[in-house]
Amino acid sequence: MLGHLLILLVSSIFVDNYLLSRFLGECPFLGVSKQVETAMGMSVAVIFVMTMTGVISYVTQVYILKPLGLEYLQIIAFIVIIATLVQFTEMVIKKSSPTLYQALGIYLPLITTNCAVLGVALLNVQMGYNLIDSIVYSFGSAVGFSFALVSYAGIRERLAFAPIPKALEGFPSALIGAGLLSLAFLGFRGLV
Amino acid sequence: MGYWNDFTRGIWRENPTFKMVIGICATLAVSNSVVNGIAMGFATTFVLVGSCVIISALRNFTPEKIRMPIFVVCIATFTTIVSMIMNAYLLDLYNVMKLYISLIVVNCIIMARAEAFASKNPVPNTFFDALGMGVGYTMALTIISSVREIIGNGTFLGMQVMPSTYQPVLLMVLPPGAFLTLGLLAGLARFIDTKAEERKKASKEGVVEDAGTSSDITG
Repeated sequence: MLGHLLILLVSSIFVDNYLLSRFLGECPFLGVSKQVETAMGMSVAVIFVMTMTGVISYVTQVYILKPLGLEYLQIIAFIVIIATLVQFTEMVIKKSSPTLYQALGIYLPLITTNCAVLGVALLNVQMGYNLIDSIVYSFGSAVGFSFALVSYAGIRERLAFAPIPKALEGFPSALIGAGLLSLAFLGFRGLV
Repeated sequence: MGYWNDFTRGIWRENPTFKMVIGICATLAVSNSVVNGIAMGFATTFVLVGSCVIISALRNFTPEKIRMPIFVVCIATFTTIVSMIMNAYLLDLYNVMKLYISLIVVNCIIMARAEAFASKNPVPNTFFDALGMGVGYTMALTIISSVREIIGNGTFLGMQVMPSTYQPVLLMVLPPGAFLTLGLLAGLARFIDTKAEERKKASKEGVVEDAGTSSDITG
């Protein structure tokens, strides 16, 4: 039982990395990764929202949508849950820690349209995980997301000083850099 | 002219994939074969046109403060429709890209067009703008997936196009290939654009400037 959960955790962090192998949540990946500090703030918020979304959407699917035969409302229900959760997180952080709220700024509400969050909710259902599995999977995916985001921000801070051909400045070079990082993550395949 | 202008905006000038670089999650994920790329392009175009037209038709009744939730529900409805249609008629394709079809709902292209264009312009203009964006997106997906499939697998739409001695570069159909292809193609698009701009400038400023540049080259 524990071994199974450990495998799930490791594979969701390294092997099936959300950013570099499943391609979920690329917008913040390219948008927020210019500095390590903002990347860190984003990571904390994403870990919280993704784990909570994973749990609540699972409960909604199993105990509300399925018994009532309303599976076709899945996408709408999940998106409403995510929007509510993000709003809730924003309110809590604003009350409890104004400094963190200041640091996160605009990135907090933008988590709503982060496809990694909706992706984890949908994947939990598609893979047929049970409650504990989906908690571990959601948390692991979020940690994997953060790991890739922060390490990539480190690369990009250095990249800012590199001489790059004019046509490749900005997004193209960022994407190529991400490609190389993704190549490195390919090495984790076969780990599990 | 106005409609044509709206239509062509998405195809090159503001191409969502190569110029704006938005909505790239799905672009990267499904471009490993041409069939998937084209199907994803059509599905996104359908949602884009449908939801933008509805949003534009409702633009005078939508309260400013809660426009985002209204947009999202609109987009989610069309996404559900497209995923049901694909489930019914294109089951093989649906099974491969189920997740990414559902994720059209959070595709930034649609939200961006809804916010920047559909909520401010009349229905016909919105229709052509959304259609142009959809066509531009589908074209970009087709180009990226063709490059990846031909180099990474030696085939195009499943047909062998490379000589049988060709050793496929597996890397191109694996995740890193997606990043590299999109990065290089976006760079190429920008390069073409700067070249075209230079040429336009040169022709506008006439013969004198031309002589200047040619003497620069010889000098």
